[in-house]
Amino acid sequence: MKVTEQDVAYVADLANLELTPDESTRMVADLNSILGHIDKLNELDTSNVEPLAEVLSAFASTERKGSEKFAYAQRADEVKPGLSREVALGNAPDTDGSCFRVPKVIER
Amino acid sequence: MNINTLTIDAARSLVESREISAHALAEAHYAQIAARDGAIGSFLTLTKERALAKADQIDRLAERGDPLPPLAGVPVGVKDVLMTRGERTTAGSRFLDKFIAPYDATSVEKLEAAGAVVLGKMNCDEFAMGSSNENSAFYPVHNPRDITRVPGGSSGGSAAAVAAGFAVATLGSDTGGSIRQPAAFCGVVGLLPTYGRVSRYGLIAFASSLDHVGPLARSVKDSATLLEVIAGRDPHDSTSAAVPVGKYSEECGRDVKGLRIGIPKEYFGEGLNPEIREAIERRIDGLRKAGCEIVSVSLPHTEYAVPVYYIVATAEASANLARFDGVRYTTRSPQTKTLADMYRRSRDEGFGAEVKRRIMLGTYALSAGYYDAYYLKAQQVRTLLTRDFQDAFTSVDAIVTPVTPTVAFKLGEKTDDPVAMYLNDIYTVTANLVGVPGISLPCGNNSEGLPIGIQILGKHFDEATVIRLGHAVEQEQQ
Repeated sequence: MKVTEQDVAYVADLANLELTPDESTRMVADLNSILGHIDKLNELDTSNVEPLAEVLSAFASTERKGSEKFAYAQRADEVKPGLSREVALGNAPDTDGSCFRVPKVIER
Repeated sequence: MNINTLTIDAARSLVESREISAHALAEAHYAQIAARDGAIGSFLTLTKERALAKADQIDRLAERGDPLPPLAGVPVGVKDVLMTRGERTTAGSRFLDKFIAPYDATSVEKLEAAGAVVLGKMNCDEFAMGSSNENSAFYPVHNPRDITRVPGGSSGGSAAAVAAGFAVATLGSDTGGSIRQPAAFCGVVGLLPTYGRVSRYGLIAFASSLDHVGPLARSVKDSATLLEVIAGRDPHDSTSAAVPVGKYSEECGRDVKGLRIGIPKEYFGEGLNPEIREAIERRIDGLRKAGCEIVSVSLPHTEYAVPVYYIVATAEASANLARFDGVRYTTRSPQTKTLADMYRRSRDEGFGAEVKRRIMLGTYALSAGYYDAYYLKAQQVRTLLTRDFQDAFTSVDAIVTPVTPTVAFKLGEKTDDPVAMYLNDIYTVTANLVGVPGISLPCGNNSEGLPIGIQILGKHFDEATVIRLGHAVEQEQQ
């Protein structure tokens, strides 16, 4: 598998990144070099191996199955105080005082 | 008092006996920072007002003769990926240059509740992505042991400050070795708790299935004391484990006789610097003499860990970093006409080269057509890596390995070759993928006087054995 300029442009689009032509050229080379190393994984036959997304459920409660495994992550559904509107908006580059403000979403 | 070698116990008893006030102790550290951090670059922000207010509070307790909390007056630093309310919190990124944290990370809150004085925020690789601290958007950190060399990364500022005498201990974060590798490069102790042991609430997320918060310190006992303080279930973090927290500092000094130590041959093969191999073999010999049983074990999938890591970590990073959109977090590219344009340009201007590289790799690995070949495959090999450890831990209590294949390298030496930089993590990434705890501690210097680290990995939630062994290895060198 070889990453091309077109692939980089497509993935940059998916990731909402804008790359300069120089950045793009370097990215093609870097991704190919890194993926060349990652292709090592193809030496392994994993056809009957379950994927592992996170380890906590696998080790914290080995005797539990399915969603029971995640019982530790549950809590009572109670309303608790969160950040105030003022604090939540505190780091925004643009607000109208009560909402985040962004450039026009729909063009006329 | 030698401020450069002060431990937690020593600092606390100075404050308790009122030999020095917590205020004066903090000021003494700020004086060191002012005099010498210009050449090191370990701090990004000093939080002096907050630190001195905390110190004064401790001094009032001490004056009254009230019982003091475990970290009373101990000057610490926290990596700048951890939120500190009302203080600048940047994650080493231009994107968050002006970001003021709206709340405290649980680990920081716990440190302060235990009496610690937070001097400031430690420099790090941008969003904790790097192995040399050269990816900080602000300035690189220099290794206090040799300022032409890197301190390691991504918690390079946290390690350098402890080594240089700027803070008694620090918090770092470790996603693929970011506490243990800089600890090894700077000659300090770095502790990786079990996945889920320490709350990540208020940690700026890099790769959520791999991120850990943990301490860097001058002794194994200090790291154990810090772990006792920061560990435990947190209702704010659903991935924190409800597993009882031990009295880890009491493990220091307990007999290691009869413990079975696994030596995985895959960690001692080609690529390991011979001086590091010798230093570690000497320590293994020491453990044998102390009554440990040394057992050869195999972790057969070790060579696949770095490729798995760089898929899993970047995939998760690409999702976590989607939140930096120009709407909420301070940075927005000026004069953009449309929303899509604003997202793109803000991200382009805010992120550095390594962060973009990882977002691109992660997005590629998750994109339609490549998901099975890369992301799913990596998750399957992650299962094989965990089986390696499960198998090994049926016959041993802990595993001893190197931390890094080489000692600290020169600034600029690996910046042009991402694969060479990534391979520096070869002995550390597996612990994150598998979720086991580990410690990195000094085990001597090489012929150039640069520090060498040794790593001890334990079973899930068995930090106690890791600390007990770490302390034995440390004492044998005294």
